[in-house]
Amino acid sequence: MQHYTMNLTLKVWRQRNNKDAGRFESYPVNNISSEMSFLEMIDVLNEKLITDGGDPIAFDHDCREGICGMCSMVINGRPHGPWEETTTCQLHMRAFKDGDMITIEPFRANAFPVVKDLAVNRGAFDRIIQSGGFISVNTGNAVDGNSLPIDKDMADEAFAAAACIGCGACVAACKNASAMLFLSAKVSHLSLLPQGKPEKKQRVVNMIAQMDKEGFGSCTNTYACEAECPKGISVVNIARLNREYLGASLSGD
Amino acid sequence: MNWSQLFASSIGKKITMALTGLFLIIFLLVHCYVNANVFFSNPEENFNRAAHFMGTNLLIRVTEIGLFLGFILHIVQGYKLELQNRSKRSVKYAVSSGNVTSKWYSRSMALLGTLILLFLIVHLIHFWVPSRFGGLTEVEYDGKTYHNLYGQMQDVFAQSWVVVLYLIGCFSLSWHLLHGIQSAAQTFGWAHKNYMPVIKNVGAAFAIIIPLIFALMPICLHFGLSLDAGSLTLLF
Repeated sequence: MQHYTMNLTLKVWRQRNNKDAGRFESYPVNNISSEMSFLEMIDVLNEKLITDGGDPIAFDHDCREGICGMCSMVINGRPHGPWEETTTCQLHMRAFKDGDMITIEPFRANAFPVVKDLAVNRGAFDRIIQSGGFISVNTGNAVDGNSLPIDKDMADEAFAAAACIGCGACVAACKNASAMLFLSAKVSHLSLLPQGKPEKKQRVVNMIAQMDKEGFGSCTNTYACEAECPKGISVVNIARLNREYLGASLSGD
Repeated sequence: MNWSQLFASSIGKKITMALTGLFLIIFLLVHCYVNANVFFSNPEENFNRAAHFMGTNLLIRVTEIGLFLGFILHIVQGYKLELQNRSKRSVKYAVSSGNVTSKWYSRSMALLGTLILLFLIVHLIHFWVPSRFGGLTEVEYDGKTYHNLYGQMQDVFAQSWVVVLYLIGCFSLSWHLLHGIQSAAQTFGWAHKNYMPVIKNVGAAFAIIIPLIFALMPICLHFGLSLDAGSLTLLF
């Protein structure tokens, strides 16, 4: 693709802290390369803001390789921007053209309070994982992998679910701010495998209870989460979560 | 974990919606079947006899109580869920992704449900209230008197605004079912790769065909059209 440069106007959500009401502010950014990533483009703006004595825009990022789940942002109404199965850090400026105005907002959900500007606190996801998103392993030697046969299809499905990076785009995309796609991925990747089976029932019950406690909405099956997920997690996992929850509820203690 | 915890949870509330929704779908099927008498030969007598059966059969009258409860549960739970879900994002987005990532009717179930509810109230006033509490003329077949509910249909659907209102009701129902049926299947956790497409396609066909048959009734009666689908009658 032909390289080009562009001048853009960014409309960015600025919020000093969790108590601040927040507002949009517009910034022109010039001479942006089409080969830059979206975060590099914001780096350029932040350097200019710092040089001018202003307050740089706070945003989350870590690996910038599309695997850590830290970058967030809603770009023109789309979590992680317009490209499918792409995190914000892997979104490149060739997605935009000269003269574009880009509106950048934080992931909005009451369960994800804004820390500053575009950075939100996604600790609710950590607490959901703590409530059951693990397997309990007693100490001892690691067993031989081949002693535990696993169906190839199951392994593939579990792996596809395990691709969830816990970024929270599903919550940001959902009209109800529901965390069901995240939860379904975590429940699926464990319960499909033999290691996850012993704690299968209490896992799903505890994780749903924690999700409800954290103030996420409930799922109404609009599937916006699947459309926005940077890792392509399927809503088939939500059906599995529903099935497991119903089963655990009807047959559990 | 006990059952009260199940139905208090976010998934449990959805299960209530799905269960009552499927129950109401069965009602739609029966209602459509009975009313389809108006399309066949000798519509007045056959429809009035069928309506008489539905209004006097003990089993059906008992089921009717369940039907009202099903409606109330579906409506109350639906509104509660909508309000709860709306409260989960206090600061709204400035830019919406619109129809790019989801269907408008999937996001508008409460609005469509409200339109159906308004239609339902008018519909009950037109037909259910007079057939239960009087106000219908009577006809006689084989020495036995029947409510002339068919005559009531002719009177009600003579008014153009009523026909328009019923058509809005049918369209709303169609969109509501188009999301609702596959959504109920998802809530029950039916996601097998072989039978899920069947559920989705049969559900979509149901969501279009049943409201279409309902919509044809006021249209046919308003314009005096007779489909006269032959001598086959759906008599009770």
